[in-house]
Amino acid sequence: MVEVPLAVNSDFLLLQLVNGLTLGSVYALIALGYSMVYGILKLLNFAHGDVYMMGAFMGYGVLVAFGGPAAPTIPIVLLLTLMFLAAMLGSGLLGVTIERFAYRRLRNAPRIAPLITALGVSFFLQSTALLLFGPRFRSYATFEFLSGGVQVAGIRVAYTRILVIVSAFLLMLALTFLVNRTKLGKAMRAVSYDREAAAMMGIDVDRVIVATFFIGSILAGAAGVMFGLVFFSVFHLMGFTAGLKGFTAAVVGGIGHIPGAMLGGLLIGLAEAFSAGYVSSTFQDLIVFSILVAVMLFRPTGLLGKADIRKV
Amino acid sequence: MSEPQKPREEQGPGAPRVGVDEWVATHEQRRQRAGGVWARLGEAWHRLPPWAQLAVVVVPAAFFPFTTESDYLIRVGINALLFALLALGLNIVVGYAGLLDLGYVAFWGFGAYAYAMLSSAKFDLHLPTVVSLPIVIAASALLGLLLGLPSRRLLGDYLAIVTLFFAQIFITFTTNGNRLNLPWRDTPVDLTGGPNGIPGVDAFDLFGWEATTTTSYFYISLVTFALVLSGLHFLNRSRTGRAWRALREDPLAAEAMTIPVNRLKLLAFMFGAATAGLTGSIFAAVQIGVFPQNFELPLLITLYAMVILGGAGSLPGVVIGAVTITVLLEILRSPDDARLILYAVILLGLVGWLRPWRSLAAVVAGTVVFGFAVHALASAVWPRGVERTAIGGEGALGWAIEHWVLLPTQPGTLANVGFVALVAAILALTQMPRTWRLVALVPTLYLAAFVWENKLVFQPSVTRLLLLGALLVALMNLRPQGLLGTARVEIV
Repeated sequence: MVEVPLAVNSDFLLLQLVNGLTLGSVYALIALGYSMVYGILKLLNFAHGDVYMMGAFMGYGVLVAFGGPAAPTIPIVLLLTLMFLAAMLGSGLLGVTIERFAYRRLRNAPRIAPLITALGVSFFLQSTALLLFGPRFRSYATFEFLSGGVQVAGIRVAYTRILVIVSAFLLMLALTFLVNRTKLGKAMRAVSYDREAAAMMGIDVDRVIVATFFIGSILAGAAGVMFGLVFFSVFHLMGFTAGLKGFTAAVVGGIGHIPGAMLGGLLIGLAEAFSAGYVSSTFQDLIVFSILVAVMLFRPTGLLGKADIRKV
Repeated sequence: MSEPQKPREEQGPGAPRVGVDEWVATHEQRRQRAGGVWARLGEAWHRLPPWAQLAVVVVPAAFFPFTTESDYLIRVGINALLFALLALGLNIVVGYAGLLDLGYVAFWGFGAYAYAMLSSAKFDLHLPTVVSLPIVIAASALLGLLLGLPSRRLLGDYLAIVTLFFAQIFITFTTNGNRLNLPWRDTPVDLTGGPNGIPGVDAFDLFGWEATTTTSYFYISLVTFALVLSGLHFLNRSRTGRAWRALREDPLAAEAMTIPVNRLKLLAFMFGAATAGLTGSIFAAVQIGVFPQNFELPLLITLYAMVILGGAGSLPGVVIGAVTITVLLEILRSPDDARLILYAVILLGLVGWLRPWRSLAAVVAGTVVFGFAVHALASAVWPRGVERTAIGGEGALGWAIEHWVLLPTQPGTLANVGFVALVAAILALTQMPRTWRLVALVPTLYLAAFVWENKLVFQPSVTRLLLLGALLVALMNLRPQGLLGTARVEIV
């Protein structure tokens, strides 16, 4: 709509592709948390986006504790590792705490009850962040090491983006392995398929649910730090929109379906990057929303999801 | 399974008793057995005919403007009425039909904007209210229908996310709607006035009578409120109302009984949207303008807290919830009154919850002594920790606070640590055995006072949201039926 760069410029196209992949990896990691929890509890965990925001702030806390972005006191690789570890572990624990204190009692309640609770948790976390860190944007400014980049076919791809895409890919690989090849993964699949039958087979459902929240929140925490590294700043409301996009990604891919969440995340990231690049960055949310509505209208099970047969 | 599933009874008072037939059978009796002043008042209330119940609420309210000269208080009254209207509308969607509508604030905003566009200098339309109001209501209902359509086949969760997304887009759209580039126009179009909103909305014009004073808007709101409340009363008892409740309790059984589930869901959604649109119009006229920041998401949680606190599905409950929360939030604006309310609520909570009275006395006395001890210790070893004067610290309470709570000169980090510790302590309290809980309650209470005086009192708007969020979580976990709602019995 505004000054469309009419000349189809292949560099510009490639740039949007890289942007989209970066954003998409972040969304995919958030979508995985939504999708896993939904698959097991049939609960839309609104607080997930805020767990991601808290993860970003935890990473920021480590960054500040070791001298800040301008003059880090320890080697950068170590600092980055510490940031990721702190954010992932912290968010994981936060997720488990939320499950334990806010959702567990409501497992058998009418479905609207945990949803309203999730809304309350989400606002609680948002205002906690506002209270503790203030309304300012906190800068995650680039490190020397990460400000460089490699030339790929005419455009420069920053190291941060490569780091984000590669680590997101590795995390997803690890998750796929965990879900498909380990005993815990098997238990998770069983519980998501039929909770009662799984309990009768001797699976400790509570433990599986806690593990699901923990893993989902770990991914969200990692995504939070990644977002900070790529976009240089974190703030208390970042979880809200990211949560919406993450959930949209999960629905587009097919909710409860793990590869679906990854695919959906990448698609939403690409859609957003291209609409920001070619149409209008103000209304990129509108485009993502249209995708959500279109998927709901024409393929309610998502791209990879299978039709859900409701048992009575 | 290492830890067997606990019997249902142990899952707390709020947990639905699945399949416990005896519990279900004696439910009514136990409800009536509750004694005390409240129960007797409740019985008296239930004996009144519906029109008398309405009169009990509306007639005293009608005299409210005569009791005060202050324009501010009447405005608070209007706010309370508008919030009550909004909560009633939300109650149709959430309380009757059991749908989670998170875009409700956007419908309210849509109503306000639509009224402002039709009756203001914006497009030079200046339609009289009797023309524009029906248009706004119909348009809001239509918008509700459109938004409900894509999620109609799906579960409630999808509706929640679609509506939440819609609310977000509504704000983006209104904030950026002053320079819309349309493909068939060369220059950008100004539709919503962008961040500056639409000022100068016409006053309500009912058949030539123009509402100009605050008091006249109070009566307009009150009359609308009474009309909507009576309408909902009849709606609740109608075929549609019963069908909604059937649908909320068990959609599957309702469908099996040939109730058109999807159509009813859409209908509830439209009714909610229409009520919100109507309230929005009044709001636009009262405020003489609409601005995007009027419709931001924090309002959503305020409305949900109102509906849940009073008891979703109960008309008097929702009204009481709305009025209570509006008044409380208004009081929270002043640090002095907020402090009084805080300590009063804590004390009332302790009185209501701690039995026998000996443990109550022990906890209260323990907290007071603990506080003075900490304060004395701090003034001996850390003088900077007690130097600051309390915010708004006049009067006896202010004096007591200054000699009891630590008030460091620079509370920054310490207050943050205190806040996190307080949240952790409250969560831990819920898991402790009873004796330890009483002991641990003393430092927790002191910590709460410390965090309040050093952190929360400086940021009333954040505190508001924080408390509302916590209230929702606590209510849903401990008393999901709210103050006046009836406990839902899930029968399997």
